[in-house]
Amino acid sequence: MAALLEVDQLKIDARKDDGSLSPIVKGVSFNVDRGEVVALIGESGSGKTTIALSALGYTKPGLEFTSGEVRLHGQDVISMPSEEKRLMRGQKVAYLAQSAAATFNPSLTIGEQVTESPVLHGQLNQEEANQRAIELYRALELPDPEKLGKRYPHQVSGGQLQRLMAAMALCGNPDLLVLDEPTTALDVTTQIEVLKAFKSVIKQEGSAAIYVTHDLSVVAQIADDIVVLYAGEIQEHGRAEQVVYQPGHDYTRRLMNAVRPPPAAGQGDEMTGDHEREAPALEVRELSAGYGKKNNGNPSIRVLRDVNISIERGHTVGVIGESGCGKSTLARVMSGLLPASQGDVLLDGEPLQPDLKNRSRSELQKVQFVFQMADTALNPRQRIDQILGRPLEFYLGLKGGEKRKRIAELLEMVELPQDFAGRYPDELSGGQKQRINLARALAASPEILLCDEVISALDSIVGANVIELLKRLRKLTGVSYVFISHDLSTVASFADEIVVLYAGRVVEQGHVDQVLSPPYHPYTRLLIASVPELRVGWLEATMETQEAKAGIDRVVRITETGCPFFDRCPIKIEGTCDKEIPPIRNFGDHHQIECHRSEADFLN
Amino acid sequence: MPEQESEATMETSFQELPDAPPRRRIRFSLSGKIGIFLVLFWVLMIFIGPSISPYNEADFLDESLFIVPGGDEYPDTDYQPPSKVALLGTDYLGRDTLSRILYGARTTIGISFAATLIAYLLGVTLGIAAAVGSEWLDMCLSRFNDAFLSIPTIMMGLVVIAAVGSTIPILVIMTGFIYATSVFRVARSLGQDVMVSDFVEAAKVRGEGLWWIITREILPNIVMPLATDFGLRFVWIILFISALSFLGLGVQPPMSDWGSMVKENLGGLPYGSIAPLMPSLAIASLTISINLIVDDISAHSGGKLSNKMI
Repeated sequence: MAALLEVDQLKIDARKDDGSLSPIVKGVSFNVDRGEVVALIGESGSGKTTIALSALGYTKPGLEFTSGEVRLHGQDVISMPSEEKRLMRGQKVAYLAQSAAATFNPSLTIGEQVTESPVLHGQLNQEEANQRAIELYRALELPDPEKLGKRYPHQVSGGQLQRLMAAMALCGNPDLLVLDEPTTALDVTTQIEVLKAFKSVIKQEGSAAIYVTHDLSVVAQIADDIVVLYAGEIQEHGRAEQVVYQPGHDYTRRLMNAVRPPPAAGQGDEMTGDHEREAPALEVRELSAGYGKKNNGNPSIRVLRDVNISIERGHTVGVIGESGCGKSTLARVMSGLLPASQGDVLLDGEPLQPDLKNRSRSELQKVQFVFQMADTALNPRQRIDQILGRPLEFYLGLKGGEKRKRIAELLEMVELPQDFAGRYPDELSGGQKQRINLARALAASPEILLCDEVISALDSIVGANVIELLKRLRKLTGVSYVFISHDLSTVASFADEIVVLYAGRVVEQGHVDQVLSPPYHPYTRLLIASVPELRVGWLEATMETQEAKAGIDRVVRITETGCPFFDRCPIKIEGTCDKEIPPIRNFGDHHQIECHRSEADFLN
Repeated sequence: MPEQESEATMETSFQELPDAPPRRRIRFSLSGKIGIFLVLFWVLMIFIGPSISPYNEADFLDESLFIVPGGDEYPDTDYQPPSKVALLGTDYLGRDTLSRILYGARTTIGISFAATLIAYLLGVTLGIAAAVGSEWLDMCLSRFNDAFLSIPTIMMGLVVIAAVGSTIPILVIMTGFIYATSVFRVARSLGQDVMVSDFVEAAKVRGEGLWWIITREILPNIVMPLATDFGLRFVWIILFISALSFLGLGVQPPMSDWGSMVKENLGGLPYGSIAPLMPSLAIASLTISINLIVDDISAHSGGKLSNKMI
């Protein structure tokens, strides 16, 4: 029996400015059988999305099919007339984009959007489509399936919206689903919830899928077949177990190396043990901050509450938590972008002004901020030498030859060639831009770098390279990092201390080894359990743990009373945890956990 | 050792790939090229028009020029059809249409350009001030601007000219002010978009002053869309000045100006004269050409521009 989708010697070229063609996809062939999930894995620029889109007979503007065929049910979709393509899309092949938030129209109800395609194509009438949608909501384990269709996209959580996108795609009973990095932008806990729902609904519906991602550990959970791509060519193609456990190709092994081991004690870099107890490089005391109108000193939306953190000289403090926990707010308060409403930020033991406008230039110089998205953090109209030159001029007064020399040194530090100085940010890759972003912060010769999710937007290999760079720079310059991330395994391999933030409160902090070994705060335990492992069957095992059952598929909520983690906690004490603010328990040598439970309870 | 070798080749063979194609340069379509050609032609005429024109703009052509041997003794000089004497015929007073169009290029384009510059100077300055300034400043400027924007432009022009009379400086300044209101809106919305971007935030964290942020971070990023808008605004101002001239409130005779030429010669239409059509064609050729160029530029910038202009 012929496969559902056959990609046969597919070649796709990009047309350049001068009219010449440059190959993007160089003769790729693979099949997707009914009921199978085929993963396309590779870095950005490997052509994985371009190949996936060809299943819909579509290329992005500027690209063209040069040769080869993509056959759906034996019929070539590339040469299909556009009217037939229109009928095929949505009915036979459905596409799921990366961001659900950008896919849903905020002004229409969820039900209208989920049922739109089959009704438009005349496959189902509105009544049948609504029934079908409700079935799908149930299959995707969405809450309150009967009434969900009446709600608007902003009324459900991010993970639920991501699952609703699957409902939208599946509503017309397509034969093939194309999923483009559907979990990449999500928190680990949300990723599990979405992956599990996708996996079960694909199995239940018996539809085939192409799953595009750069994350090998995600692929191990969901795919039957794995196609490894690099620069538009297949490097390795095989069954999931074979590729994961016996990779045959160098590039696959390289991808595997970029997957960090699950977080555990003893992974951090060895730091020089005893250091003098001088004033920490940066310290925050009893810090509260938030957004909105001030109401007798307190902002209307309080994000951070009574946060105490100290960053020793040359140390790396990892700040971890899901989105909405106040990680970025903490960095913004430290940098002075968002003035604290209460509490102090101390630099070398001296309190800093809350608003950066009142801080002196040398204070500003010592604390540098590295923004998350290098794409938007670099002015597209400035050349790299201008971007790096400005802090040198501004803080250190360097001019002319001295400045050029220092720019060259900085480029060398972040391992980029010298001729990049004359380029614009657009001419660099994502990882290279992030290196420039780092170099700009380093240009100020800072004592503390605030790194806000600096590798979250990068591919696993590129991200791993940036982490290596950060480690080397720490040795070279003795700078301290505040490293904000939602990826616990990255933090575990890199930080000296970890601060676990939940709903604006520090729920646990201490040395890496202490935080990553018992006793755990229940939230830390949930985060550790949620980090995907490169192992087939990990997803099912994790969903059986009590942390996952209690904590996954819930959103972070900032509460006024009691412990904010109450509604997700597997070991909550009714009547206490929801009413009283939990005490801070000390487990020796700065290891603190904020919880009502005692040490004995944690160990059970 | 073989282990290490494979490590080394791995490093070299799997380079980081660029994640986006480099910025493309603008490529003009055929219509864009025609537009550029025509605009360049009119710009050239501003400078050399009067020196190559056969007559002065105010010259009444002598009727002896039109005497055909053996024909009518005294022909009318007005509304003459095109001939060797007057290539595009004559107008209602017997002046050469071609000469008046060539002279008129200087007045029409000159006045409109000066007015557009004033509109831009004022609109962009205040628009950026509203975008980077305090909420309060933005509120004041924007509401004030909205109030002005609600007055129809032609009515506003009529009132001002009725009050202070029509001279060229007044025409230029008034038009500049009227159009500054819409430039303000565009500049403010473009500025606000850039103001919230991460690289401006990065400049703020560095401790940069407002002047640096405006001149180095914001302006370079909005200059392209503003330049495109400049072209469109220029066209509207040409039409506006022409409309005022048509109503007799713009450029005063005997100076020639395309708008007033259309109006003066309307009476020739029943006689089949081309005198009113030629200046209309001149206006159309210039404004449409600018539009063609703007179309190409905004297609290059992804068509985002049109959203801002509404």
